[in-house]
Parts: sequence; structure tokens; C-alpha cells
Amino acid sequence: MQPPSETLSSAADETVMENPTVGIDQTKGDFQYKVDYAFDAGTGLSEDTVRYISSVKKEAPWILEFRLNALKKFLSMPMPTHWATKDLDNIDFAKIRYYLSQGQKPKRTWDEVPDDIKKTFERLGIPEQERKFLAGVEAQFDSEAAYSNIKDIVAKQGVIFVNSTEGLREHPELFRKWFGKVIPTGDNKFSALNSAVFSGGSFIYVPKGVKVAQPLQAYFRINAENFGQFERTLIIADEGAEVTYMEGCTAPKFSTSTLHSAVVELVALKGAKIQYITVQNWANNVFNLVTKRGVAHEEAEIKWIDCNIGSRLTMKYPGVVLKGERARGEVISIALANDGQHQDTGAKMVHAANNTTSNIVAKSISVGQGRSTYRGVVHIPKHLKGCKNNTECDALLINTNSRTDTYPAITVRGDRNYVQHEASVSKVNEEMIFYMQQRGLTEGQAMSLAVNGFINDLARQFPMEYSVELKRLIDLEMEGSVG
Amino acid sequence: MASLVIKDLHASIGDKPIVKGLSLTINSGEVHAIMGPNGTGKSTLAKVIAGHPDYTVTGGDVLLDGKSVLEQEADERARAGLFLAFQYPSEIPGVSIANFLRAAVQARMAEGEEIDAAAYYKRLYARMDMLKIDRKFTSRSVNEGFSGGEKKRCEILQMAILEPKFALMDETDSGLDIDALRIVSEGVNTLRGPGLGVLMITHYQRLLNYIVPDFVHVLYDGRIVKSGDKSLALELEAKGYDWVKRELAAANA
Repeated sequence: MQPPSETLSSAADETVMENPTVGIDQTKGDFQYKVDYAFDAGTGLSEDTVRYISSVKKEAPWILEFRLNALKKFLSMPMPTHWATKDLDNIDFAKIRYYLSQGQKPKRTWDEVPDDIKKTFERLGIPEQERKFLAGVEAQFDSEAAYSNIKDIVAKQGVIFVNSTEGLREHPELFRKWFGKVIPTGDNKFSALNSAVFSGGSFIYVPKGVKVAQPLQAYFRINAENFGQFERTLIIADEGAEVTYMEGCTAPKFSTSTLHSAVVELVALKGAKIQYITVQNWANNVFNLVTKRGVAHEEAEIKWIDCNIGSRLTMKYPGVVLKGERARGEVISIALANDGQHQDTGAKMVHAANNTTSNIVAKSISVGQGRSTYRGVVHIPKHLKGCKNNTECDALLINTNSRTDTYPAITVRGDRNYVQHEASVSKVNEEMIFYMQQRGLTEGQAMSLAVNGFINDLARQFPMEYSVELKRLIDLEMEGSVG
Repeated sequence: MASLVIKDLHASIGDKPIVKGLSLTINSGEVHAIMGPNGTGKSTLAKVIAGHPDYTVTGGDVLLDGKSVLEQEADERARAGLFLAFQYPSEIPGVSIANFLRAAVQARMAEGEEIDAAAYYKRLYARMDMLKIDRKFTSRSVNEGFSGGEKKRCEILQMAILEPKFALMDETDSGLDIDALRIVSEGVNTLRGPGLGVLMITHYQRLLNYIVPDFVHVLYDGRIVKSGDKSLALELEAKGYDWVKRELAAANA
């Protein structure tokens, strides 16, 4: 497990370099540059792997202990294949590389970023985006952040935006209190895995009453084959604070599988607002198994906007624990399952105080052999009153082979609460496509327009840059799905 | 001057022949009406020309400006200047008329060329004013929850924006009350001109009171069996389609 110098093959034409004009261009994710990794935990998972990661990061003893404990939990827990897809059994944990990085400290200015990594992010449009409309950016390349920057004006307000290593080391008084509390290590097998080998991700603290006007953004890039990315994100919005966080993800297409297994914890203290937006476009060999949950205290609001495009299998159910009175939780979920993909997504709303409200709107699109599954949990215990949930699941099928399933689990006890659930399935039929083609649109453009129409009411809630980005991703997916 | 030439066209759905040797030439500026009893292949003809995937052309040709369109996909034919006003237009939930038309206009532009949004909306509103369509109309989703009349007006508006060389109007009068029929006909008459050829498919003569054709053809059993000027339509109205059938039977005897 010495830091080897490794050369990876280049899967793309390195002469093509162009930056998009709007948004992060995730449509161009399928390329790879050669990178020499200074730190490499090797292949396979053992106590040594965990100790290696912890020592490279020079972590405090309690963190190593936390990791080792998590590893035990991970090894002892079964795969959840009694309810989830058997495809999970195809993940070979012994063949995955758990830690790869070029360096331990993210660069604060763009010029310092190593050239090979810089090329990657420039091609994806990161620096442009930052200039345009972001309050801060973190760009993670495999295991570690290669670049991290927060605008002075935001830093001066006391906002902390660092990676997880730095957060735990420099600000233990802020982060240790909540770290692993919203999502306990043993929540599920993959949260345990993440807790053992986590690296990278963002730690954000927004002080009392501070409203961050522009979004903070993280960008996750997998570059290496057979790699596992395990970022860990913790966002704390103190009383009355407001923040919007956006993440984007891409990876090149490899022939072997890649694992992305993140844990994201949000804490919205009294009256705080957190909006967390994900637009992911993983290559179709990626197992994307992510645990996301937030705790909303009194009158706080947590909103997840989750757009899942790409990957081989995504399992992700962002949740909100409504802990304080009048807290609000919302999940807006869009999933597009193309041929060979399974999007198993949904939401969890746990009502734990009176007069709390939650809203779930999930829209899935299944194309060809693609499969979409909605799983939802809404829990309102008997002793509560004045709680409300609204759940809406709509599925769109394109081509007859595609499959969609809905598993809503709504437990509402007592008679002083209000729940509403609606579900629909619709199809894009041949007549509709012909109609659009007759107006001059190609078959791909026609399908794309139908899909964009289907999610239009949700996409309108996104920041402009991201709704444009989402539309581009859908266009690309649909163009590619026409035989 | 543009021309749409249909030459001895044969088309079937599955194994069933529907169009059986139909020939017709339409020049720009002309309005042709095709009339005929139900089930004689009127709507099929329109869909075959437009390139609907359900139909197979088994013989003959369709030429737009001398060039065969049969190898082209429906969208290529549309961009080449063929427009089909549907009898039953599809609904496209979540897509506004304005955005739909914008995508259609964009699809006609060269690769890498971007639509000028301001100019587009200016033109869209001008056409809407011309067709006396309310501004709010184009923010509604395409055909979703539309009345019969609204659907047909939506077709006419699309035609006005896309400026085809030839419009195939499939039973434009079906499902319309007399007021809607008048409004839609006014729209077509407004668009009528030297740059547009029209093939109007109808079962009833009443549409032809509003849109007066230059030529009238009678379609029967997949073929044109009689052609004339607008007086033929009146004759048909008076004598009924049985008159044509009897004449044919006599000729074949």
C-alpha cells in the first residue's frame, strides 16, 4: 500500500476542449485524463485500508475508531436484497479501490490545480460557473477535493465551506456534534461502508441569521476505473440561516463497475432553510447507492431536489425528519431510466412533531428496457396532530418494454392528521411522436420534448442554470435512445 | 413554383391495400378538395404523404418539387415543406404551444444556428393577431383539454408559423360547429396565396362553402374516380356518393 505512481489509459481525445456557455456541462462526462495518484489505498477492503485512509488524513483517534467500528458494522450487515434488486450482489467489494488522490490539500486558486485535473474540470465548465453565479465551489476528483474556494464576501459572514477532512480537523466543535447523528453508521449497509472509508464531500456551516444569496456547489468526478467514491457531506444551517447547495456528478464510461456511495446529512436548526439540489449524470456502469437525510427543527425547512440520470443502479431516498413543530420537508424527485438502467428512488418523511408538513413529488421516466421504482415512506405517529403529507408519483413510459413500480408506504396513525396520495402512469405513444415529427422534430427531439413536458412543472422550480442543464441532459439521453 | 405530384400511388396497412393507384398534381397557389365516402382512403392518403410509419407504400411515388419524399422520415418531409393538419391532433402535456412551435422552428434551422427569441415571438404574435387568436392561447399545453374548435385553430396557427409549401388538411371540418367552422375557414383563407398549395380532405360539402376549392376530386376505393371544379362538389351534395358508385359500376360492367 505504498503510494504508487500509476498511469491510467486515456479514454478520450484530449485535443477536444470546449467550455459550455451555460451551466456545468455534464453531457460531456465521458472522457478521462491520465493522472498519477500519490496516494492509493490499493484494491479491496480491510482494516488496513481504513487505517491507511485515516493515517493519510492525519485524523484524530476518535475518527479512526469511528471508521473501524463502521467497518465491523458493514461486514456484519447483509445486502438488502430481500427487498431491493439482486443486482446489488454483483458489486465485488474486493475489486474496488477505496482511496485515490493526488494530494491532501485542495487548491484555493484555480491556477494551482494540477494541469490534468484542471483540464477535466475546465472541460466540464467549473471555473466559468463559479464566476457566473456561485458563492463557492468544491471540486472533488476521485477521493479528495482538488479545488475549493468560497467567495470572500460569503466567508466574511462566517460561512464555513470545507471538505470533510478539514471540517473534522479544524472545526470539531461545530461538526462533531452532528456528524453521524442524522444518519447513524448502521442505518444501512452502505451508510456503514461510507462511514468506514469516507473521504471528501463538503462540510458547511451557516451561522445564525446568515442567508447565503448564491448557491454553494460541489462537483464530484470519478476518474479512475474500479473506483469507489465515498464522499461525506454535512450541512448545518444555524437558527434562521438559509443556504442552497448544489451538486453535480459525472464519470467516464468504463467496462467494469464503479461504486458511488455517499452519505449526506443536513441539519436545519430553528427557522433555518436548506435547499439541496442534485443533478447527477453517472455513466451506466456506476452503482449509485446514496443515503441522504435531514433533520428539520422548529419552523425549519428542508427541500431536496433530486435529479437522477444515468448510472447502472441508483438507490436513493432523500428523507426529512420533521423534529420541531411547524417544520416543513419536501422532496422533488426526477428519475430517468434508460436501457440497462434501474432508478430505484423515492423519499422518506418522518413526522416527529405537531403541525409538521411534508410534500413529495416524484416523476419517473422509463425508456426502452429501463426500469423505475418509486419507494416512499411517510410516517406520522398516533400522538401527533395537525400533520400533513402530500405525495404525488407520476410515471411516464416510453416504448412498451419499460417497467415502473410504485411502493408507497404510508403509516398514519390517529385521526388528527391529513394525508393525500396520488399516482399516475402515462405513455408516450406513437401518434404523439408522429404528430411532433410532422412538425419537423426528429424522433429524438420529439421524445425529448415529451419528457421535458412531463417534468416541466418541477423543472420550473430549479435555478435557471440547472433547469437548462437538466433539459440538455434529457435531450442527450433521448437522442441516444432512438434506435 | 412548387409542386406536389402523386404518381400512381399504392399504399397498404399491414396486408390490406388502401390506396390503389392514385395520381394527382397540386401546384402552389391551388386548392384541391378530395371528397369521398367514409373508408375510401382519404385520411390514409394524407398520412401516407406525410410519412406515417403505420403505412407501407407498395407502388408509385410522391414528389415534392420533383424529388421523391418516400425515402424520407416524417420530420424530413415536414422540414421540406409538407404540413399535415391532423383530424385528431395529439395532446402534448406540459409543452406550451409557444415552446412547441419554437422547437419546430428551431428544427428548421441549420446546425449551430440559434433561434432569435424576440423575433420569433414577434412573428408568433403577429400571426395570432392575423388569425384573431387570443395571446393567452399559446401558453396552454398543446391540445391538452382543448375543444374541437381550439384544436383545429391550433393546427392553423402552426401552419401559419411553419409556412409550408403544401398543406394536407385532414377532415378539418370534423367535430366543428358552424361558428368554429367559420373561424377555422377564415384562417385557411387568410393563409391561402400563391406560395401555398392545399389538399383539403373532407366528407361534407359544407366546408367547401367556406373554403372554395379550385379543383374537386372524388375518391372511391383508393382511387380518384372523378375530377372537376367546385360545381362537382355541389353535384355530389345533390346526388350523393351513390351516384358515383353507380357510374363506376356501369363503367366497369
